[in-house]
Amino acid sequence: MSPRRRAAIVGVAESEVGKTPHLTVLSQQARASRAALAEAGLGPADVNALFVAGNWSWAPALTLAEYLGLRPDYLDGTNIGGSSFEAHVGHAAAAIEAGVIDVALITYGSTQRSNRSRGAARPPATLTEQFDRPFGLPQPVGAYALAANRYLHQYGATGEQLAEVAVSARRWAALNPDAYYRDPITVDDVLDSPMISEPLHLLDCCLVTDGGGAVVVAAEDRWADLGTHPVEVLGHGETTTHSSIAQMPDLTVTGAARSGPTAMRMAGITHDDLDLLEIYDSFTITVLLTLESLGLCKPGEAGEFVAHGRTAPGGEMPMNTNGGGLSYTHPGMYGIFLLIEATRQLRHDFVSDPDRQVDGARLALVHGTGGVLSSASTVVLGRS
Amino acid sequence: MADLASDAETQPFWDGIAAGELRLQRCRDCARAVFYPRALCPHCFGDRLDWFTSPGTGTVYSYTVAHRAFSPSAGTPPYTVALIDLDEGVRMMSRIVGGGRVRIGDRVELEITRLGGEGSPTLPCFRVRETA
Ligand SMILES: [Zn+2]
Repeated sequence: MSPRRRAAIVGVAESEVGKTPHLTVLSQQARASRAALAEAGLGPADVNALFVAGNWSWAPALTLAEYLGLRPDYLDGTNIGGSSFEAHVGHAAAAIEAGVIDVALITYGSTQRSNRSRGAARPPATLTEQFDRPFGLPQPVGAYALAANRYLHQYGATGEQLAEVAVSARRWAALNPDAYYRDPITVDDVLDSPMISEPLHLLDCCLVTDGGGAVVVAAEDRWADLGTHPVEVLGHGETTTHSSIAQMPDLTVTGAARSGPTAMRMAGITHDDLDLLEIYDSFTITVLLTLESLGLCKPGEAGEFVAHGRTAPGGEMPMNTNGGGLSYTHPGMYGIFLLIEATRQLRHDFVSDPDRQVDGARLALVHGTGGVLSSASTVVLGRS
Repeated sequence: MADLASDAETQPFWDGIAAGELRLQRCRDCARAVFYPRALCPHCFGDRLDWFTSPGTGTVYSYTVAHRAFSPSAGTPPYTVALIDLDEGVRMMSRIVGGGRVRIGDRVELEITRLGGEGSPTLPCFRVRETA
């Protein structure tokens, strides 16, 4: 194989996250974009590709390009839910490898928390939704609850094992000053929190916040003059298995079973090489199913994988090191924050805080999930 | 109800429900059942699909008891939404009616009913016939 023209993440930033009624989906993306480019030492004139996912405009990439004053030569509006941004990184790396683009800007912004408080209505059901919506499944939590009940039934797993995921995430959040919730929680706290859709309790569910983020990907010929340590895109895979949870072939196996091996093969690495995991945690069950589908443990053994603080600070396999969607932030599509955190860990941005920094981290697996376990997108990142 | 949005492709299904029948499609090329209704067989890409009436028996593949309803038309929680594996080999989302505790593996049978009282649409729901 001839050497690829390599791509790396060279700048990352989030906008203000949490409750931000003074911001819009556009201003959030503008702030994050400016900060991510500035970190890299780049400006708008360097950007020739724009990647946007969202539901806030009939053609979000056009709206955002105009708002930012960009006229990119390459546009990607791939929207496969919360994993869109891992797909964007893969697409950007492929376009860089092909010599089509040099610098890609990937952005996301959401005002879902502020919107909700204003009582935004759900859009009407269309096309295939007519076979789900009338039955009153609370979405998206109910779909994940269906998967969770099937998983618990099939493997004799327990609510305690689900809760461990939330407890570990909160321990990381305690180390992140920007995390929305930072107070420690126990397994019992999760099990005692209000039931939302059996077997998932309130603390099995991600946050609902506002927020935005941006990621800049650049070709290797640009790395020399950059302000950051480049974090190379080593592998990528993506797939979809269904749209509605009713059509998911096996509720315990996600598309990570395809996207993961694809990304690992492209990167030429094995699971043993990984220093940290950033795994989409929309719900606690999402993490257990993803770990198994990725092959990081055997079917039915993810509960053991996350038990005894193995993925918590100081554990042997650090996971969701910013506190995750469960405790840090979750503005609807969380995938961009997985990339931001993995990049910072691999750059060793947290060296002044040894508890928060994964010591000597060189290789990270970033996995996004979108829809109701509907899409999967895996990226392998490495400190170059 | 705003959540029900039939279209030209799915009207035969909903007409069947209104008439008290669960009508599914079967592919003439690979003989497999198809749900939800569509123009192409998702198994073999064939385009010759015939309607037939299912007896409406199946098995609970998974379920959840919803304690929050995120849409007012869903009814008053708690209620049980389930995925039903019909004996024809297709899976559909539905509601378990008739009360009692549901378990994965329960055998269920069709009960076409209104969830929202008089004036609400008739829907293909299921009742537990035999507990796992
Ligand atoms: Zn067929």
